[in-house]
Amino acid sequence: MAEKVLMKGNEAIAEAAIRAGCKHYFGYPITPQTEIAAYMAKRMPKIGGTFLQAESEISAINMVYGVSGSGKRVMTSSSSPGVSLKQEGISYIAGSDLPALIVNVQRGGPGLGGIQPSQSDYFQATKGGGHGDYHLIVLTPASVQEMADMTILAFDLADKYRMPAMLLADGTMGQMMEPVELPEPDDIKVYEKPWAVTGTGKKRQHNIINSLYLDPEELEKTNFERYERYKTIEENEARYESFMMDDADYCVVAFGIAARVSKNAVIAARKEGIKVGMIRPITVWPFPKKPLAEAADKVKGFLSVELSMGQMIEDIKLATECKKKVELCNRVGGMIPSPEQVLESIKKLAGGND
Amino acid sequence: MTTQLLIAGFGGQGVLFAGKFIAYNGLLEGRQLSWLPSYGPEMRGGTANCSVILSDEPVGSPIVSKPDILIAMNLPSLDKYEDAVVPGGMIFVDSTLIERKIKRTDVKVFYVPATGLANDIGLPTLANMIMVGKFIKESGAVSTNNVESTLKKVVSARKANLLDMNLKAIECGLNLEG
Repeated sequence: MAEKVLMKGNEAIAEAAIRAGCKHYFGYPITPQTEIAAYMAKRMPKIGGTFLQAESEISAINMVYGVSGSGKRVMTSSSSPGVSLKQEGISYIAGSDLPALIVNVQRGGPGLGGIQPSQSDYFQATKGGGHGDYHLIVLTPASVQEMADMTILAFDLADKYRMPAMLLADGTMGQMMEPVELPEPDDIKVYEKPWAVTGTGKKRQHNIINSLYLDPEELEKTNFERYERYKTIEENEARYESFMMDDADYCVVAFGIAARVSKNAVIAARKEGIKVGMIRPITVWPFPKKPLAEAADKVKGFLSVELSMGQMIEDIKLATECKKKVELCNRVGGMIPSPEQVLESIKKLAGGND
Repeated sequence: MTTQLLIAGFGGQGVLFAGKFIAYNGLLEGRQLSWLPSYGPEMRGGTANCSVILSDEPVGSPIVSKPDILIAMNLPSLDKYEDAVVPGGMIFVDSTLIERKIKRTDVKVFYVPATGLANDIGLPTLANMIMVGKFIKESGAVSTNNVESTLKKVVSARKANLLDMNLKAIECGLNLEG
């Protein structure tokens, strides 16, 4: 086993990406994710990779588009306002069926917002973000270890399904340090990419990377095919963690930093005799609908804990078909709910039903 | 056992580094831990703080709002966080920079003239590590055995000359009476 080291979440992403075989990073600095770019700037030249600070987020994502077409692992990272700028390029990457990793270490919005942690880009991340019908695989780490592990998982899933994947973190996850065990490069999977544009050597037909289809029937076909793939992903790749749900009467749903805070509140509520558990979505697209639908038949109510005005709560209501009430416990603008606030919300949810 | 620690002071006092040292010390002891800095438009002279949690269980929320132990390196930090410390907790005060006494009677307090001592021993930038030494001695939150090996982890090899200085400052704190 590798030695555990203490790293910031942002640094863990960068180191894990390099170990996953990503030798090309394009970005533009923005708090609270700048450590990713700083780490890449230091390391990439030493391993024969590319670190490039682009003139803007828009050029950075289009550089990612280009490298991805050549079949190489490639990534960019930013924070909320910067990720908004990248949306056009992300839609092109999705429309061209290319793998890539986009990291969003979220901060408060809308607009230029603030620099403190937030989860208010949930809609943007899970519902497309750019124009057209498409999805990203969206992973939500809740520890520095998961920042590393999910970086590698995101590259794997992106390659496997030929689509962009997003790591949806927040300022806390990016800035905090925790012990982390980094993966050994031997464990990294390699995917065949016969579609890549690498030069034909006059031995094969040209590969074409493109998202433009002027024939509507052809464009419709690509959309249908893509959504068949999405269906497979929804069936096979939804990930979640279940905590104290076996005998739970109430279910907290939270991801990332909100799940960390909520865990304290669930433990505190249990000590007060309230049977509450938590489902932590690890992928928010695909959303773990099945465990939530099953929970809806057992529990009396749900509590969505979010650093937004209530975005994931809509997916909870869809997954549970509104069978049970779903309440919201939130802070926004860079504020984080305290365990006490979550505990109060759990008590209110429980009190209203007994 | 879980210890929730908050270290607060001016930017430039080494508040984040002090926290990192304590976190790494915990790591070497095989503890679970988290280290979370305040981040923002802060710079030298602004305010800075960091939350460190050391535990035998996996750490839940990394945010320390009710510290068991507060290390206050300046007056605004003491004013802001004195009331947040849990009853029975500890407060370490840099008494060179903070002239007032604490108001609480239900916590244990250590007045450490760290900034003055740091000047006296010729290490004016290492008041933070004198506070760390005192913290290690009085809190029992981490052991005294790993000071040197921890320093080797947090001080980069390129700056090896700083290792002895940090060690001297920590020992100064460890040897303080009262």
